[in-house]
Amino acid sequence: MLNREIKTILEKSKNWGWVLEPDAKRIFSMSGFQTPMYAVVKKPQEAIAAAHAIGYPVVVKIVSPDIIHKSDVRGVVVGIKDDDRLVAALEKFRKLPGFVGMLIDEMAGGLELIMGAKNDEQFGPMILLGFGGVGVEIYKDISLRMAPLKKPHVEDMMRELKAYPLLTGYRGAKPVNIAAVQKTLIRFSTLMMDMKDYFESVDLNPVMCGEKVCTVVDARIMLKNTR
Amino acid sequence: MNLKPLLEPKTMAVIGVSATNERHPANVIFDKNNHRYPVEVFAVNPKGGQLHEETLYARIGDLPKKIDLAVIAARAEFVPAVFTQCIKAGVKSAAVISGGFTEGGREDLQDKIVAMAREADFPFIGPNCLGIFSPFHVDTFFLPIERMIKPNNGSVALISQSGGILVDQMIKFSQQGVGMSKAISIGNKAFVKEIDLLRYLMTDPVTKVVAFYVEGFAEGEGRDFVLAAQRSPKPVIIMKSGKSEAGHRAVSSHTASMAGDYASFKAAVAQHSILEAANEQELVSFCEVLSVYQHSIDGKTGIITASGGHGAMAVDACVTEQMSVPELSPDLKDKLKDAVSESVRTIASFGNPVDLTGSATDDDFVACAKIMGASDEIDCIVFLLLPYIPGVTLDIGVRLSQVCKKYKKPIIAYVPHVEKYNMMIDGFELNGIPASSSIEGAVLMAKALARN
Repeated sequence: MLNREIKTILEKSKNWGWVLEPDAKRIFSMSGFQTPMYAVVKKPQEAIAAAHAIGYPVVVKIVSPDIIHKSDVRGVVVGIKDDDRLVAALEKFRKLPGFVGMLIDEMAGGLELIMGAKNDEQFGPMILLGFGGVGVEIYKDISLRMAPLKKPHVEDMMRELKAYPLLTGYRGAKPVNIAAVQKTLIRFSTLMMDMKDYFESVDLNPVMCGEKVCTVVDARIMLKNTR
Repeated sequence: MNLKPLLEPKTMAVIGVSATNERHPANVIFDKNNHRYPVEVFAVNPKGGQLHEETLYARIGDLPKKIDLAVIAARAEFVPAVFTQCIKAGVKSAAVISGGFTEGGREDLQDKIVAMAREADFPFIGPNCLGIFSPFHVDTFFLPIERMIKPNNGSVALISQSGGILVDQMIKFSQQGVGMSKAISIGNKAFVKEIDLLRYLMTDPVTKVVAFYVEGFAEGEGRDFVLAAQRSPKPVIIMKSGKSEAGHRAVSSHTASMAGDYASFKAAVAQHSILEAANEQELVSFCEVLSVYQHSIDGKTGIITASGGHGAMAVDACVTEQMSVPELSPDLKDKLKDAVSESVRTIASFGNPVDLTGSATDDDFVACAKIMGASDEIDCIVFLLLPYIPGVTLDIGVRLSQVCKKYKKPIIAYVPHVEKYNMMIDGFELNGIPASSSIEGAVLMAKALARN
């Protein structure tokens, strides 16, 4: 069941058709997902204070209802290590259309996965698991199931991925916490069932999966067109 | 929803039978059922009168018996009025053959009859369909009897959104010797849908396999269908058309672009243990094999052949289809060796495939099938028959079928399908061993048994 705050966020977001990233992160963190430490700021002083509290290096992203694809307008800067670059990024973002703030994220490590959901007309919420970055864009290395998911589904989905050996520690790399991936995906499928009246598609891209945890680094929730 | 009166009616009214136009669909339906099927059939025409010796009843209410099924071939705009009469007269169900509803831009008419049916609990099939072919009961297809190719009576039920595809599949089932228990054309599926028929057929004693040709599901209908199919004790097969994505829709996320309509369909279907047939050939093959063997296997395939080339091709097909062709244990190889005749023993190979060469006879093949049948190393035998080798006789099919029954292990045969070998093919098929016309087809049949 969705709590009242999540419902409020979703209702409000219907005005522009998708959920702003800080709001989306709030939804996921309230629903028990690991999210990076983050802050939304507007002014240089706030930015510096927040970045120090989170600890460098950080990732910064534009927050604007007019910008869905942040990287297309260079609205994402990763690996910021000092105040000067942080403030420079903020100044640039302020000139982008619809600027309402800058999101400062803690850097998360691990393997880049994508978890997604599509509200299919015939079958309802479908859940996707894939490897992020080129894995999804070029190799289309994905697996798809109808929600809700149980553990055996999730195990099958992981094994279906061509790059599955990367998860278990390929060529001496440290393995990803498989149980954390499973738990995150099952929790995601449950949340998508709860949100099925609202969303059209959701990308958690990337979900950074390490030895210990899976962190939802970026979340995009596209809402159903109800108007 | 009680579908028995619809699918196995004892009494039927055909609405719209013409006194003058012999080729009217309603006349064709009336003629082919009258005196040919056990169903008692009455003709209705608002003008009344006679058609040859038969009375044309002016109103459904005038009919001398309670009616199980009304077949309606009247023009779309008259159908609501016919429904009113049917419901008032206590008719139990209908097949609406007429077109001109949603598919012709008259959604309002369709909505109207659906609302009437829902209120009166009056199940109907269609509109815009051929209706029901139900051996020993009824045939509402408006196709002249002399032009239809009827498959054998059997245990496969096929439900189709398209009447044309359904009739074509009946031809293919007939060619392949696959028997059918029902063939149902559901057209616009305004009221009776796939899921309703699936639920009925799950408990139908004659039906062993339920197959569907689907173009698409309405909102949420796909989810309900796959969940119901998963609970089916009988194998469910589905063939889909409209797999290509229409145009380049603007999609706003990675997930939406990769989880397209067909990708979602495919994933949802496989996840719920429904077997998807990629094309017509697979549909017929899957139906054939599953109508004979319902138990699922792990897919440890043993191959018996008289030609190394055939064996190699079968192995390739197994690998492509992710079926295992396990290496046989030394013990099993020895048993096979001991079982065959002296002359074959020295030239045959006893790996997997077991290649008995062109010198082998029925006895050699049967002996090897028995040993594989009794072994846990193999859970399915693909038998590649070369009908032209001299040691093979017409008895091979029936003898292998006895092995199959004794050890409860599926055997699937490959036999080239040409007229000359028809008696051999019958030897397999009439004795319960599916026979494919290609090596790949035989392997696909085995794969169908390995569904989870």
